[in-house]
Amino acid sequence: MPPNTLGSTLVDSTERLGRGVVDGVASFGHWTALVVESVYWLFFGPRMRQPVRLAAIAQQMMEVGIFAVPIVALLSGTIGLMLAMQGIHTLSQFGAESQVTAGIAFSVVREFASLITGILVAGRSGSALAARLSTMQINQEIDALKVTGINPVRFLVAPALIAMIIMVPALTFIANLIALSAAGLFISYDLDISQAAYWSQTINVLSVGDLMHGLGKSLIFAVLITLIGVANGASVTGGAEGVGRVTTRAVVQSIIAIIVTDMLFVFVSTL
Amino acid sequence: MTVPTEPIEPISNTVESETPGVIQVRDLVTHYGDRMILKGIDFDVRQGEIMIIMGGSGSGKSTLMRHLLALEQPTSGSIEILGEDITTLDTVGRANLFKKLGVAFQSGALFSSLSVGENIMLPLAEHTKLDPETMRIMARIKLEIVDLAGFEDLRPSELSGGMIKRAAMARAIIMDPRILFLDEPSAGLDPVVASALDDLILKLRDAMGMSIVVVTHELDSAFKIADRITVLDQGHILSVGTVDEIKNSDNERIQNILHRRTEQEIVDPEEYLRRLTGGEFVEETVAP
Ligand SMILES: Nc1ncnc2c1ncn2[C@@H]1O[C@H](COP(=O)(O)OP(=O)(O)OP(=O)(O)O)[C@@H](O)[C@H]1O
Ligand SMILES: [Mg+2]
Repeated sequence: MPPNTLGSTLVDSTERLGRGVVDGVASFGHWTALVVESVYWLFFGPRMRQPVRLAAIAQQMMEVGIFAVPIVALLSGTIGLMLAMQGIHTLSQFGAESQVTAGIAFSVVREFASLITGILVAGRSGSALAARLSTMQINQEIDALKVTGINPVRFLVAPALIAMIIMVPALTFIANLIALSAAGLFISYDLDISQAAYWSQTINVLSVGDLMHGLGKSLIFAVLITLIGVANGASVTGGAEGVGRVTTRAVVQSIIAIIVTDMLFVFVSTL
Repeated sequence: MTVPTEPIEPISNTVESETPGVIQVRDLVTHYGDRMILKGIDFDVRQGEIMIIMGGSGSGKSTLMRHLLALEQPTSGSIEILGEDITTLDTVGRANLFKKLGVAFQSGALFSSLSVGENIMLPLAEHTKLDPETMRIMARIKLEIVDLAGFEDLRPSELSGGMIKRAAMARAIIMDPRILFLDEPSAGLDPVVASALDDLILKLRDAMGMSIVVVTHELDSAFKIADRITVLDQGHILSVGTVDEIKNSDNERIQNILHRRTEQEIVDPEEYLRRLTGGEFVEETVAP
């Protein structure tokens, strides 16, 4: 056992950080290849009589999308209410509470809906993906796929990626509607304006670009969550303990990636 | 024949070159990290023979098997399976080659999200255009062969260890492969089932002309089914030969493996104790 002084710990962790960055950059190429390969199988698989199975995609879409609707609805509704209460409270100090609708419309559609959905899907489905792949890796099921002549990317990754790419923006759209509705309920009650007035105001301030900004981001989140789940699942070592480790790591890394990406988006789009 | 790099006991070239080789490994060297695991292996399997790979724990048997299946990239050397160099095959070529191979992993490696029947049908579903009913019938036939008829609707998690192994065997032979790879097929099975499995392996060779590579620790089983035996030792091939040639070998290492003599039994007890305790214990007790 090496002596565990503070100095050596520092050097260790610095070195580990450096190695992590190098690995990260190296695996970036790998990840890009993974996306390209998944898309490749989707379009060219049928021609080589190795299609991506629709049943697998449908099943993943249920898992990732449909089953997540209740919790997405709950969270986005709560966030809508929270934004409305806080917005009216803050703006009323300047006598500007009538501006709350515009504020909420922008922050929900451009930021909160995609962020909340992304974090939720990372916790629900990114972890599930990492757990499933790492268990299969440890159980030699991935090897068994390979020697059966079945490409694991086509069989496992492509369905998950496609389901995510479709369902995460769809969930984000639902989150938009529900957050705005919940906010509208509170605003029309508190400021005594009609629902119709609230909605026409909301639609007036929002552009298609705003909606696309949010949905576009959620698409990128979908890809990030899948890739991080796959990369962690594939890198598992050790038994059941390893599965727990990579699952946790997948969720943490996904959420970090989502928030950092979101921040970059804000930075670029407000330049 | 090429020159073996580690020629310890070049026996058994007696029935050479009557039948073409289905597996041809030349000078295979592999590393895990900095550690050299396989140190220049030459390995041949002929059409229609049962080749047993034996050797102590950690000698590299599974590693060799993983390389034959292209699950690992070698440092150097060549591996030809059915005339194709698998180290240079692309994905499609590899997929096509693997349709002619069957593999049963040591752990079984059944897909836990599929039922036993679906597991066994999967290669058919992926590689053929048979209708589902035909596939089901074929799967049932193979399950019958491994004595698992009626279990197709269970999940792998509902099977015992021995049943998983037999189901994995059924999946391995569903496409009637040209070469069958079995990693410890009878380890952990009860003697009756293990013996039935031996008979099955022999039947697959005789009736279907399959070439079969078996990694095993079970000596009785090995001697019963082997056409030839390869003995691995610390990443080298110690010997290749028929059952009689291996049994009668005067190489001490081979006799140790055959008679399960461990190195610990050979060293003197004091030295053994010292190794276990890192030296301290022995010195303390020996001191007056
Ligand atoms: N993934 C790995 N990473 C690093 N080293 C490995 C790995 N797999 C195997 N090894 C090493 O390679 C050597 C050969 O291992 P291998 O699994 O081939 O042995 P084996 O002959 O199959 O043994 P056993 O009979 O116990 O299964 C061992 O020394 C082992 O430590
Ligand atoms: Mg082994």
